[in-house]
Amino acid sequence: MFLIKYIKEVFGAVKSLAIGMRRTLSYFVRPKEIITQQYPDERPVIAERFRGEVVLMHDENNEHACTGCTACELACPNGTIKIVTKFDTTPEGKKKKALDTFVYRLEMCTMCNLCVEACPTSAIKMDTAYEHSVFDRNKLTKKLNNEGSKIRSGVE
Amino acid sequence: MYSTTEIVKQSTAEGEMVINIGPQHPATHGVLHFVITLNGETIKKVEPHLGYIHRSIEKMCESLSYRQFVYVTSRMDYLSSHINNHACCLVTEQALQIELPARALVIRVLMDELTRLASHMLWWASMAMDIGALTPFFHAFREREMITDIFEDTCGTRLTMNYMVPGGVLMDLHPDFQKKVHAFINQFKTKLPEYDELVTDNIIFQNRTKGIGYLSRESAISYGCTGPVARASGVSCDVRKHFPYAIYDKLDFKEIIDTGCDSWARYKVRMQEMRQSLHIIEQLIDNIPEGDFQAKTKAVLKPPKGEFYSKVETARGELGVYIVSEGATTPYRIKFRSPGFSNLSALEHMAVGGKIGDFVAVMGSIDLVIPDIDR
Ligand code: SF4
Ligand code: SF4
Repeated sequence: MFLIKYIKEVFGAVKSLAIGMRRTLSYFVRPKEIITQQYPDERPVIAERFRGEVVLMHDENNEHACTGCTACELACPNGTIKIVTKFDTTPEGKKKKALDTFVYRLEMCTMCNLCVEACPTSAIKMDTAYEHSVFDRNKLTKKLNNEGSKIRSGVE
Repeated sequence: MYSTTEIVKQSTAEGEMVINIGPQHPATHGVLHFVITLNGETIKKVEPHLGYIHRSIEKMCESLSYRQFVYVTSRMDYLSSHINNHACCLVTEQALQIELPARALVIRVLMDELTRLASHMLWWASMAMDIGALTPFFHAFREREMITDIFEDTCGTRLTMNYMVPGGVLMDLHPDFQKKVHAFINQFKTKLPEYDELVTDNIIFQNRTKGIGYLSRESAISYGCTGPVARASGVSCDVRKHFPYAIYDKLDFKEIIDTGCDSWARYKVRMQEMRQSLHIIEQLIDNIPEGDFQAKTKAVLKPPKGEFYSKVETARGELGVYIVSEGATTPYRIKFRSPGFSNLSALEHMAVGGKIGDFVAVMGSIDLVIPDIDR
């Protein structure tokens, strides 16, 4: 009695294994359904909203929309952003706060998007760049505003 | 924490042996350390050692504002990050009495259920892998990849979302969202029978999980187990049914309960839950209401003085968020009641008396995510 049950079980196991193996082997004759990508020879398609890094947008005149209000710095949960401000003199002779350096430490950023949400002038956005590896950690601390850039006129 | 000599000293009984599983063991799916006392092959004692990945998230949240602390919780149970974020937003909304637009509610439920599916798929893959079948892993990841692609399109991230914010969701749905979810539903429906062929119907798999890791209904309640672990012991505990949040009270879905109490029952419950999640998504995907995706909220959130608690059903069980507010911009105290911790505490009860070879099959059926246990 025990022997019959045992043999039955073994045959059942072999049968269910064969069903599973048939499924596995069926993929050999359908190579189209194999989804391995040969990175970096094949470049992946990156979603347009992918959060890869924070960038400060500059237009063709090398102008940005950042007023230096530090709202992004305050919104950031982990101190990734540091806004250094300076005082510009307007043509009327008044002093006006402006952005001096936008320090962004990529190695600390968690891509949470809170800074972009907080910016009142939509000066920053998330970019889709994803290959960030460098040999020296210091290279990850970036200055986001271009050399010689200034604030776009009309942005308050 | 014990030193090695202390551990050896404890096992003075004749013929007993102490072995360590982890902290870097592939079957623990993270840095969890078990000290197991054996008599021959029979497990006498299981002692989990925690703390390898403790980041003091609760303390960290106390220094972050009500908008900021949401993102940290994606790092607790990283497989249900949407649902964790949902719990945190719920508690803030409850404190400030924010009414959500209908569109935001539907988007949240859709994201939650997609997350649950993705999480259960990963569990299915790793459970089969623990028991010795490597192929299912690739099958599950193929379908899971479609879900992460959907998340990437809409949220911009694949794992740690920070997509739900107090008052709604961060961004509107991507224009391709509905099309991609439909494609996923079709693909998943044709592939689910394949999952069953590969693992569920496999006699070897069934024999390795049936009758293993017995957890009675009473013990499941007394250990505070929730989620599929408790439901496989016959405890009805689905937060979505008993304390509905978002729009779960208007949806048609079944709470899966099994009375098998063993690893096989827990496996079956999760497989059925996947079908229920799919059913929920099908009900909603063509009926997303138009309108705002975020309610108007103040720039700085300041909940009134008091204590607030809200809970949600993650893929692993009940996640509770408890906040004490002093009326400031940051919470005075935060406590998370994570499902993984309670489920892990029942592991010793399940494993003692069993064989060491079955330990992995028991552990796999609990679906442990270590950062959720340690926080
Ligand atoms: S994405 Fe988040 S972590 Fe990164 S800089 Fe912005 S606010 Fe800070
Ligand atoms: S980027 Fe935006 S939020 Fe940050 S300082 Fe500039 S204007 Fe203010």
